[in-house]
Amino acid sequence: MSETTLVKGASLYGDRTADLLLRDGVIAEIGSISTPDGARIVDADGLIALPGLVDLHTHLREPGREDAETILTGSRAAAVGGYTAVLAMANTSPVTDTAEAAERVHDLGRAAGLVDVHPVGAVTGGLGGEELAELGLMHRSRARVSVFSDDGRCVADARVMRRALEYVKAFGGVVSQHAQDPSLAGPTSCCHEGELSGRLGLPGWPGIAEEVVVARDVMLARHTGSRVHVAHASTAGTVEVLRWAKSLGIEVTAEVTPHHLLLTTDLLAGYDPTYKVNPPLRPQEDVDALRAALADGTIDAVATDHAPHARHDKEHAFVDAAFGMLGLETALPVVASVMVSSGLMTWAEVARVMSSTPAAIAGLGSQGRPLEVGQPANLVLVDPAATLVVDRERSVSLSRNNPWHGRTLGASVVATFLRGRPTVLGGELTEP
Amino acid sequence: MRKHLLSIDDVSADDAVTLFATAAEMHDVQSRQVKKLPALRGRTIINLFFEDSTRTRSSFEIAGKWLSADTINIAAKGSSASKGESLRDTVLTIAAMGVDALVMRHPASGAALQVSQWIDAAVINAGDGTHEHPTQALLDAYTLQRRLGGPGSLEGKRIAIVGDLTHSRVFRSNVLLLTKLGASVTVVAPPTLMPSGVGSWSREAGFATSYDLDEVLPTADAVMMLRVQRERMTGGYFPSAREYTVGYGLTRDRLRLLGPDVPICHPGPMNRGLEIAADAADAAQSAVLEQVSAGVAIRMAILYHLLAGDEA
Ligand SMILES: [Zn+2]
Repeated sequence: MSETTLVKGASLYGDRTADLLLRDGVIAEIGSISTPDGARIVDADGLIALPGLVDLHTHLREPGREDAETILTGSRAAAVGGYTAVLAMANTSPVTDTAEAAERVHDLGRAAGLVDVHPVGAVTGGLGGEELAELGLMHRSRARVSVFSDDGRCVADARVMRRALEYVKAFGGVVSQHAQDPSLAGPTSCCHEGELSGRLGLPGWPGIAEEVVVARDVMLARHTGSRVHVAHASTAGTVEVLRWAKSLGIEVTAEVTPHHLLLTTDLLAGYDPTYKVNPPLRPQEDVDALRAALADGTIDAVATDHAPHARHDKEHAFVDAAFGMLGLETALPVVASVMVSSGLMTWAEVARVMSSTPAAIAGLGSQGRPLEVGQPANLVLVDPAATLVVDRERSVSLSRNNPWHGRTLGASVVATFLRGRPTVLGGELTEP
Repeated sequence: MRKHLLSIDDVSADDAVTLFATAAEMHDVQSRQVKKLPALRGRTIINLFFEDSTRTRSSFEIAGKWLSADTINIAAKGSSASKGESLRDTVLTIAAMGVDALVMRHPASGAALQVSQWIDAAVINAGDGTHEHPTQALLDAYTLQRRLGGPGSLEGKRIAIVGDLTHSRVFRSNVLLLTKLGASVTVVAPPTLMPSGVGSWSREAGFATSYDLDEVLPTADAVMMLRVQRERMTGGYFPSAREYTVGYGLTRDRLRLLGPDVPICHPGPMNRGLEIAADAADAAQSAVLEQVSAGVAIRMAILYHLLAGDEA
């Protein structure tokens, strides 16, 4: 089912302008191209072309909470956000901790057909933190699992973390850690520990609970010679540890979420559970450190931690409400607002942190590739001049826990192509 | 006063003066043989308690009854969570029955504020988690004012609040109110029981922190002891009950550091022998029982101003 699309006059990485011919799923030609017969033409005047985005950290809720999101609806949200691949976290119900479970997620992703859905495998059975899940079998499965995480929980036991890091070396896997020492930030901790948590009387989640685990894990990575990935880094202290570890050549990578790049803990003053997320929103000093770290490469990638929740799961008292925010549809506009408009990053650097580096971390060979002839035609067209007032009711996600509702963000995703086929055109899904 | 009483932030210094004046009138009603005022006849007040508190619930119940309101108690402990119902659904259901005021106690900080955004009735926070307990602060300040010389007497007074500050909603509301009324407050606790960031609260006029009770007591014009939850002992906040008492209890020895007219408050229930010695609890200067009767008067004043204020 070959189709041909000519993208006219896009600015590649915000730099030189060219036409892109997408044919047979690859970028067939770049330059000044005359329209071939039967080709779809996409006018990209004023638009920036980037490789399709890759999200290292998505919660799709299927199986188990299909009322909050399904692999299909989450795929829609990803496509609308400019993504061509997502890694679906393992903390579903049941947990993705077997080859069969991983294959099921993978197959549902293929059936949805809007983005490549790569299941993340659990590190430990049932996210129990004690026994390793069948990491090798998940890797050998049709789903080719390479990223393992107990996300939602920390692999708190140092021995288990050591064994996981050692074990995945056999097949080049990586362990993505939700760094949260449970003895320092317990199950009820829901607010950055600081002056505001003291005033609000909310159980504090201190930055040190993240930092001690990151520090421990980079030492374990050094000891085992393995790769560790830090999920949703949220503090300046974590940035310091990462900078130090990288200076020693330790194989550590890290991601930051759009919300930790822009939102701060003072949004919690009204106890609105929309802003309840794990790790929690931090003070401005941490936000500034995270931005600087993303710009200078200390933090490698942006990942959404897209965490859809049914309304009623957020309509509890703050400490009882579910953790998490939507992120897929707004990630690029947020990064554009925070990093590009401010001059901290170029569009080429956005492509690095939102596409090529996350693809490399996850070992995805056909994603995050440069916009060059012969490469898979996974790309996104962005209108850098658009301003977008976020309306949570316009989401294609099944959930509405959108922290950006009512805010004005810069830049918007106009089109997304997965292997040459448009999944989004004119900002709308191509399927009904 | 605003429509709701969620926090001491909803009460200005002028509001407090008005409430105290009304409470003084209500206090007189309590000594009558027929303790009924018609002010809230036909009004419905629901005491919705997600957490046990005989003391606070009864106080609100009596206050409502003496004002001729229909008061109904609902113990919702664990009910919504165990049925999987959201807090919003729980309170919408109750509000739909027709209620003028919802007096709410909840184990989660901020719950009363959240509920006030969902329903039309006036919401009175009767304690939300470790956040605030504004009616307790009002009754404490009212009690202290009576003890220290009447209206305006809190101005310039030095008040010590001692104990588990981190987990105390009483402390949070009291600090806000007492400093608003011109008192200076020194809070005393071991560092493990100081709320995070409390050091920066001390930039506020009339607020200080201390780890040394013996240094603070001799200059105090009033002292407020806080209840220590027994479970804090296993939470690693301090080594033992004995060590806590030696460091931070109002012991018989420390009682001597206080002037004979320095009132001693405690929100109750007291752990006698832990945070407060029997000698101190029962001393002539103890205001503990007076706080209880003041509690009814203050709650009558609050209900009156929130529910009858416009028509009066
Ligand atoms: Zn996580």
